[in-house]
Amino acid sequence: MELDPLLLSRIQFAFVVSFHAIFPVFTIGLASYIAVLEGLGFKTGNQVWIRLSTFWTKVFAVVFGMGVVSGIVMSFQFGTNWSNFSQATANFLGPMLSYEVLTAFFLEAAFLGILLFGRDKVPPGMHLLSAILVAIGTLISSFWILAANSWMHTPAGTEFVDGVFIVRSWSEAIFNPSFPWRLSHMVMASFLTGGFVVAGVSAWYLLRGREVEANRKALSMCLWLLLIIAPAQAVIGDFHGLNTQEHQPVKIAAMEGNWETANRVPLLLFALPDQENQTNHFEIGIPGLASLILAHDMNGEVPGMDLVPPEEQPPVAIVFWSFRVMVGLGLLMIAFAITGLILRRGGRFAEKRWFLQGLRLMSLTPFVAVLAGWFVTEIGRAPWLVYGMMTHAEGVTPSLTGAMALFTLIGYITVYAMIFTAGVYYLMRVLHDGLEPADREHPADHPKRPLSAAHVPFEYNQDVFRPGGY
Amino acid sequence: MELFDLSLIWAFIIGFGIIMYVLMDGFDLGVGMLFPFAADEESRDVMMNSVAPVWDGNETWLVLGGAGLLAAFPLVYSILMPALYIGVFLMLAGLIFRGVAFEFRFKAHSSKYLWNWAFAGGSTVSAFTQGVVVGAYIEGFETANGVYVGGALDWLTPFTVLTGLGLVAGYCLLGATWLVLKTEGDLQQWARRLVLPLLTTILAVFVIISIWTPFVDPFVRDRWFDHITLIWVFPAFGAFCAWKIVQANRRHKDTMPFLATMGLFISTYLGLVVSKWPYVVPPDYTLWDASSAYGSQLFLLLGLLFVIPVVLGYTAWTYWVFRGKVRAGEGYH
Ligand code: HDD
Ligand code: HEM
Ligand code: HEM
Repeated sequence: MELDPLLLSRIQFAFVVSFHAIFPVFTIGLASYIAVLEGLGFKTGNQVWIRLSTFWTKVFAVVFGMGVVSGIVMSFQFGTNWSNFSQATANFLGPMLSYEVLTAFFLEAAFLGILLFGRDKVPPGMHLLSAILVAIGTLISSFWILAANSWMHTPAGTEFVDGVFIVRSWSEAIFNPSFPWRLSHMVMASFLTGGFVVAGVSAWYLLRGREVEANRKALSMCLWLLLIIAPAQAVIGDFHGLNTQEHQPVKIAAMEGNWETANRVPLLLFALPDQENQTNHFEIGIPGLASLILAHDMNGEVPGMDLVPPEEQPPVAIVFWSFRVMVGLGLLMIAFAITGLILRRGGRFAEKRWFLQGLRLMSLTPFVAVLAGWFVTEIGRAPWLVYGMMTHAEGVTPSLTGAMALFTLIGYITVYAMIFTAGVYYLMRVLHDGLEPADREHPADHPKRPLSAAHVPFEYNQDVFRPGGY
Repeated sequence: MELFDLSLIWAFIIGFGIIMYVLMDGFDLGVGMLFPFAADEESRDVMMNSVAPVWDGNETWLVLGGAGLLAAFPLVYSILMPALYIGVFLMLAGLIFRGVAFEFRFKAHSSKYLWNWAFAGGSTVSAFTQGVVVGAYIEGFETANGVYVGGALDWLTPFTVLTGLGLVAGYCLLGATWLVLKTEGDLQQWARRLVLPLLTTILAVFVIISIWTPFVDPFVRDRWFDHITLIWVFPAFGAFCAWKIVQANRRHKDTMPFLATMGLFISTYLGLVVSKWPYVVPPDYTLWDASSAYGSQLFLLLGLLFVIPVVLGYTAWTYWVFRGKVRAGEGYH
C-alpha cells in the first residue's frame, strides 16, 4: 500500500491539535473562575473562597502543564508538515503567533508562579492581580490564535502575490469576517467547559457528603453562570452559522446534509449522507426548519452541495454528525442549566441525587462538544487550507514522504498516550483528595513549578509515611 | 520608502533569541544529563530544585525562536523544519518527556526511577539533536526554488554526530558549572571534578570540528583564511574563557566557572555566525533572501520593542528571587 504523506499529515495535525485543544479550553475557563474566587475571597475575607481557589489552582497547574508541552509541539507542526503553507502565509501568521508568545505566554508564565506559590510572599492584592493577569493572558492567547485560524477560513486584508500572501490591512486581516463570532463562540465554550467541570466535581463531592458548605457554594455559582452562558452559546452559534453561510456556504450545506440548493429545506434530525451518490439515506427531518433558521423564512433558500463539483466537497458525513453532536450537547447543557434553576426552590439543587449524578456525567460533555465543533469548522473547509486560495495538497511539505509522516504520527500518538495517562491519573488523585483541611499550613519554600503546587503523591496507596518521604 | 534594513535588525533579534535559549536552556538540559551520575537520590533532588524555578521560562525562548523565524525569516523556517523533520520530532519528544518528568518525579515513589530516566533521557536526546542541527547548518541544505529537496536523514552524518556530541558535552559543562554555582558540599565537589574532563572533551571536539569544517564547507574555508586576522578574535576569546574556567575552578571560585563557560559558548556562537554570515540557509540563501515582507517585519518589530524589555525584566527578577545556594530538603516535598 502506498503511504500518502498528505493524508498522514492531516491525521497527525488533527491529532496533535485536538490533543492540545482540550487543555486550553479548560484552562481558559478555569483561570477566570479562579480569578473570581480570589476576588470574592479578597472582598469578603471568607476562607471558603480561598480554599476553593487553592484547590482549583492545583487542578489548573496540572492541566496548564500539559497545555504547555503539547503547545510547544504545535508551533513546529506548521513548518514540519505544512512548509509550503508556512512559506505562503508567514507574513500574516508569523506575526500573529509571535504576538501570542510575546503578549500571552510570557505574561502567563510570569504571573502563574505568583498565583501558585506567592500567597504567603506577596500582599493579597498582588496575589489577586496575578490571578486576574493569568486569566487575561489565556484570553489574549485565544485572541491571537483565533485571529490566525479565522483568517484561514475567511482570508481578508491580504493580497496573493507570487504565491505569497502580503498583508495590505492589518486590521482587516485580524478582524476578518468570521473572527468575532469564532472568538466569542470559543471563549463561551471555554467558560462552559470550566463551568461544567467545576459543577460536576462539586456535585460528586456533594454526593459523597464531603465539604458540603464549600461545594454547595461552588455548585450554586456555577449553575447561575451556566444559566446565562449555555443559552448565550446557542445564540452566538446561530450567528456564527449565518456568518458561515455568507462566507463558506458549502460548509453550511455539509452541516445541514443538504445536497441541492433549494427552498423550504427541512432540518434533518437523522440521515446517513452518501457522498458517492450525492444523497442521503433514512432522512428524518422537520419540514422547513432549516430554511427558517438560516434564511429566517420557511420558504427561504438553503445552500446545497451542488454549489461545487464533488471533488471540491468536504466529507459530508463527518461534518453533518459532528455538528449534531455539538448542537445536541449544547441543548442538553441548556436543559441542565434550566433544571438547576427549577431545583433552586428549597435548595434542592444540591440534594437531588439524580441531578448531581447527571452533572457528574455532564462534566465530560464540553470537551466532546468542543472537539466536535472544531471538526465541523476544520473538516468543513476541506479541501481548502486557506479558504478559496490554497488547498491542503498545495500546502503540504514537498519533501515529506509517507514513511516519515507515519513515523512521527506513531511517535506522537505513543508519547501523548503516555503523558496523557500519567496526567489524568495524577489529576484523579488530586480530585480524590479534595479540598485541603481548613487549617493546613503551607510550606512557603516551594519552587515555582506548576505541578508542584499540588501536594499530592503520584501513586495511589503509597506508603505516605516513608521516612523523609517526598 | 524602506527606511531601515529591517532584515538586519531582525537577524540581530533572532540571533539574540537563539543565544538566550542556548545559554538558558543549556544549563538545565546539562543538569538533566548529569542527573543519573549523581551520588544519591538526595543530590538528585537538589539538582532538580536548582533548575526547577526557571527551566519553564527558559524554554519559552524556543517557542519565541520558532514563531519569530516564521514571522521574520519564513524561508529558514520552511526549509529547516522539513529538512530536520525526524530530528525536530526527536527533540520535541525529548522536551516533552523531560518536562513532565520534572513535574511527576517529585510526586512519585515507586515509579521514581522511571521519571529519573525520562528526565535524563529526554534531556540528552534534546541536547544531541540541537547539536546535530548546528552541524547540519554548517553542512548546508539541498534546496531548489526555495523548498527542501533532500532526503529524510540527510542531517545525520558523521560530522553532525560529532557536533551533536560536542553540544552534549558543552551543555554538560554549563550544567556542571551551574551546579558549582548553586550547590555546596559533596555535590559541589563532584560537579567541580567534572569540569576539567568535560572541558577537555569540548576542546577536543572543537579542534576536530575546526579541522574538519573547511573540508565540508569551502565557503567557510575561504572566509577563515581570507580574513585570518579578524576571525581569530573568536577562538582567542574562547581560549581565554577556557583558561579562566580551569583557573577559577582550581581556585574554588563559585561564580566564575559558569560565567566563563557562557563566554566560551558566546565566542563559539559568534565565530559560527561570522563564518557563515550572511547565509541563513547555506549554501544558497542569505538573510535578505529569506526575509518576510517589510510590512510584516515592521508590524511585529513595533510591538516587540515594547514587550521584550518587560520580558527581560521579569526573567532577571525570577533569577533574583531564586538567587543563592539550593540546599537539601528545600523545595519540593
Ligand atoms: C483558544 C485557545 C487556543 C487555541 C485554539 C490554541 N491554543 Fe495554544 N495555548 C493556549 C490557547 C490556545 C493557552 C490557553 O494560552 C495555553 C494553554 C496552556 C498554556 O500554557 O497556554 C496554550 C499553550 C500553547 C503553547 C505553549 C506556551 C508556553 O510555552 O507557555 C504553544 C507554543 C501554543 N499553545 C501554540 C499553539 C498553536 C500553534 C495552536 C494552533 C494550531 C494553538 N496553540 C491553539
Ligand atoms: C484548537 C483547536 C483546533 C482543533 C481541535 C482543530 C482541529 C482540526 C482538525 C480536526 C483538522 C483536520 C481537518 C481535515 O484534515 O479534514 C484541522 C485542520 C487544520 N487546522 Fe485546525 N483545529 C484547531 C485550531 C486550529 C488553529 C488555531 C489553526 C491555525 C492557526 C489551525 C490550523 C489548521 C490547519 C493548518 C489545518 C490543515 C491541516 C489538516 O488538514 O489537518 N487549527 N484542524
Ligand atoms: C447549541 C447550539 C450551538 C450552535 C447553533 C453552534 C453553532 C456552531 C457553528 C455554526 C459552528 C461552525 C462555525 C464555522 O462555520 O466554522 C460552530 C463551531 C464550534 N462550536 Fe458550536 N454551536 C453550538 C453549541 C456549542 C457548544 C455547546 C460548544 C462547546 C462547549 C461549541 C463549541 C464549538 C467550537 C469549539 C467550534 C469551532 C470553533 C469555531 O468555529 O467557533 N458549540 N458552532
